[in-house]
Order: sequence, then C-alpha cells, then structure tokens
Amino acid sequence: MPIKIGVLAKQVIDPDMPTAAFSIDPAVKEVTVPTTIPPVVNGFDENAVEAALQIKDSQEATVTVISSGPSFALDVMKKPLSMGADELVLIQDDGFKNTIDSFFTARLLSAAIEKLGGFDLIICGRQASDWDNAQVPLGVAELLGVACISLGRKVEVTSSSVIVEKIIPDGYEVVEADLPALVTVSNELGQPRYPTLRGIMAATRKKPTIWAAGDLGLDAASLEPRLKLHDLFVPERDQMCEIIEGENDADSARLLALKLREAKLI
Amino acid sequence: MAEATGILIIGDLIEGQLGSTSKELLAAGRQIASDLSEPVSIALLSSSTEIAGSQAIESGADIVYLVNNPQLASYHVDLHLAALKALVDEVSPRIILMGRTAEGRELAPRLAFRLGVGLAQDCLEVSLDASKQTLLANRPVYGGSAVAVVSCEQTPQIAAIRPKAYEPLDSDASRSGETISFPVELDSSIAKTKVTNVVKEESEGVKLEDARIVIAGGRGLGGPEPFSELQSLADILGAGVGASRAAVDSGWVPYSYQVGLTGKTITPEIYITVAISGASQHMAGCSGSKVIVAINKDSEANIFKDAKYGVVGDWETILPAFTETVRELTQD
Repeated sequence: MPIKIGVLAKQVIDPDMPTAAFSIDPAVKEVTVPTTIPPVVNGFDENAVEAALQIKDSQEATVTVISSGPSFALDVMKKPLSMGADELVLIQDDGFKNTIDSFFTARLLSAAIEKLGGFDLIICGRQASDWDNAQVPLGVAELLGVACISLGRKVEVTSSSVIVEKIIPDGYEVVEADLPALVTVSNELGQPRYPTLRGIMAATRKKPTIWAAGDLGLDAASLEPRLKLHDLFVPERDQMCEIIEGENDADSARLLALKLREAKLI
Repeated sequence: MAEATGILIIGDLIEGQLGSTSKELLAAGRQIASDLSEPVSIALLSSSTEIAGSQAIESGADIVYLVNNPQLASYHVDLHLAALKALVDEVSPRIILMGRTAEGRELAPRLAFRLGVGLAQDCLEVSLDASKQTLLANRPVYGGSAVAVVSCEQTPQIAAIRPKAYEPLDSDASRSGETISFPVELDSSIAKTKVTNVVKEESEGVKLEDARIVIAGGRGLGGPEPFSELQSLADILGAGVGASRAAVDSGWVPYSYQVGLTGKTITPEIYITVAISGASQHMAGCSGSKVIVAINKDSEANIFKDAKYGVVGDWETILPAFTETVRELTQD
C-alpha cells in the first residue's frame, strides 16, 4: 500500500522582497505589495514538500498538497507539483479574510483532510513567513487527534510509524510515533529540490481541486474568530549609525577598533 | 461556571529551581496585575518543587500551583498538556502567560487549540486595553518587518511571550503568597510520541546565548573558510560566533550558529556583524543586543539602520585589520 502523505502549504508575500517595497495600508491593516513582486510558496512549506518527496524517492507514496487562503496564483501554487507532488487541493474562500487567525485556517485544512479521507502522514512547514504564528500545523494535529512532532530535520517512515530527528536547542532527539501523525519541518531539513523540466510540464497538465468553505460543510462567517487584529504597523527605528571612515578600508577598520575601545566596549 | 479571573503563568523548572522564563513571565504578570487587581498565579509541573514554589513567590507570584504527578518529572508535551488542561479547567484564569521557549513553541498552540481559544504568539509586550478586560499583545510579524497588535476573543486569553522580552523583578523575600498542591491523574498512554535517542551537538567555544560579545558572519562571506577568521577574532575577545540563516543553509557552518527568528535569540553587549545584510528575520534574533556593529560593503544594507557603528567596505580587507588592531589593544 502506498503511503498517503499530505503536505500543508501556504501562499505568502515574498519574504525576500526589498524592504523599501514593504508598506502597510493602515485603513485595511494589510501589507501592500507592488504587483511586480509575485507571491511565493512559504519557504518552510517547500521544506515540507521536500521531506515528502524524499519519502516518495525511497518507497511508494502519494503526495497531496493542500492550501487555504483568500486567493491563489496558480502558477505559484503549482510549484510543489513541479517538484514532484502528485495532487494539489486549494481551499479558496472570500469569507476567509482574517488570515492572522490560525483557528480558521486549521479548521478549514482539517476539514479538507477529512474530506480527502485522511493521510498516513501530514508534513508542514514550521511557520508561515507572513504571520509567523507557527500554530496552524499544531492546531490541525489537535483537531484531527493525531500524534504531533515538530521541528523535524529528517523524516522517515515505516509501514506503521514515523521517525523524526527533532531539533532541540543543543542538538536533536530521535522521536517516534505511530501513524497517522503530523510532523512540522524547518530549514535544517536541507535545500528543497528544484523543479525539473519534466516536473514543470507534468504540473501544467494537472488541474488543482478547488473548494470553498461551503464544500467542506463550513460557513466561514460562522467560524467565530479567535484573534482580533487591532493594528498593524512598521515600527520606527531611531538608531543613528555612526559610519567610521578612514583613508581606506584597512584604516577604517583600525579606527573602528579604536572607537569600540574608547567606548569601553572591547 | 466560575467567572474567569486572574493571571496564570505556566512556569518552568531547571533542576528543581525556578527557571528564568518563569521570572520573566512573573514580571509581565505583575505589570498587568496592577491594572487588573486580580492575583498572579504560577503553575509548576513536576513532583517535588517546594524550593521553586517559594522562589516563585519571591519573584512575584501570589499563588503557586504545584501540579504533581510522577510522570511530570521529565517533559513530555502530551502529558504536560493534559495536566495543564486539568489545571486551567479548575482555576479558570482570565489570562494565561507562557514562554515562547523551545517547549512553549509546542505547548502554547496546542493548549490554545485544546481549550478552543486563540493564542497571541511570540509577544514582545502585553498590556490591558482601556476596558481593563482585554489583553493587548504586540507581536512581530512578516519576519519582524512589522508589528501586529492583537487580542484574543475568548477566555482564557493566552499569550506566548518571547524569551528575554521582560526583565525579571528583583527577588523579594518579604513577599507572601499561597502554595496549593494540585495533584493530577495522568494516563501514560496519552503520550503519542516516544524519544528513542538524544544527540547533543553543542559546538565548542562560547555559548551564543550567554556570550557578552558575538561575532556573526553572513552570505557576503562567500564560503566556510572566512568563519575561521571570525573565530580568531572571537578567540581574542572571548566571544561567541554566530551566522545568518543564509550561511547555515549554504552549509558553511552548523545550524547551531544560526541567529534569527527561527534560530537563536541572543542579547549580547556587542554584536559584530560581518557581511550580513540585516534582513528583519535575522534582526529578530539579535535586536536585543546593546550595541550592533556592522561591516558591509553595501551602504544601503538594512543592517546600518540597526547598527550603532558601521564600516562600509570589503570585509576581506576590513576584518584582518580590525582583528589585528583589537589584538594589539587587548594585549596590554
């Protein structure tokens, strides 16, 4: 029996966009991005796709990528398919505006997972680079009642269990759980693979499944919010940097050392 | 159903003593309590914690809950979660404060979902709104580029606070408080995961979180070899060596060097960066530094907005000259 793997992914604003382009519309408390900067799949979620594909490299497995959000750029969200995932399921709903509320997202994703018949293993990125909540995967594990292991840097499966190298502050633990289980991963897992040309072509032929909250038996408006956003702002930074300039780089370096000594810092 | 009242802190223990996270959270709790006029309590999960209980009172707790079960002696998230749920159901706090520590990263979201409430994650600051009923939490988002002010809509209102965001209060032996024993029944089969091995990989040298001075290298170094130059400088200063995520993802140094939002949070007296651009995710891990020094060839680099001193130029020339001068100055 092939192992059924689900990967949760999120479309986010590109975290590498230039700082100068980042601004907030205070009226709607949203980040505004120039249309020239396309969104991306959340970086840690690409690590999750990679973890799933590494399992698929060594044993029979199907990899289904699931995402929820107010809107999607299909060419962006197909990237996991180009990397080698088999299916893409998108839950798109306008009623789902309060994206900082992890509860909403976790409820939608859990409902989708159940509608898809559940998975042996669910792999997620540790957090999304927009809200940095790091809650949805753990919430999904709670809602589904499955074993949960976070911050994996290596994920292996047997027919009935998952074995994870879990990052701890000064090293790692080897943690095991029976399937079904949910695992979150971090960048320590290693660089996600690049899409191959073959993968890209296969992905263009694939049609994602697109559901609204209603298809999952949920009414977005009736899901009581857990979190309220009062304000969103770019903090002022009032640090004045003293740039030390000498006759040349080596001279500047010497002056810097002297300056730090003078300030009794070294 | 009892009305929700009071601030409950989820404490930590280090070898039977009250942990620093507990003290930081008690400081935050006391600040809110002065506006709320409700007690600050702390939950300590373990077996015998009498010393920690009195330490907690000295550090600001009005009430200490000793949550006891032999299975709580070592940490397991599923068991801790069940014990905390039992305590929260009984105590009915208005507000719960937790530390966004390695354990808190798992415990806080799962506790919130188990209670069916929201969680304000990785908060830098908490306060009460004008009504004095709602906790407002300031939390960095978008990798630290922005700050969101959020509140939880249900009770208990839970906030996970970033380590070192609050300074512990001075210990006050004259404070008095109540210690309540709270034994819990725990079914060991609820533990769904099992640790089969622990591998310590701590690098030699000065521990980053404790170092007074940290030198860190970034993408601009171009490879692993320059890190030995950083290490030489660090050796002279007795400093720790860190790195940006770009450097660790490239495999130049181990992941234990990573400073940043998902790496280590450090608060040294001096943080010297070499060829680090200063992206907000990196600054999230080091913005608590007293003084940041930046060496970068790009005068527009973000790091210069956070640095107190900087040199714009090529690290290949600057670093050796800087190291040599530091060596001369510190030799006498």
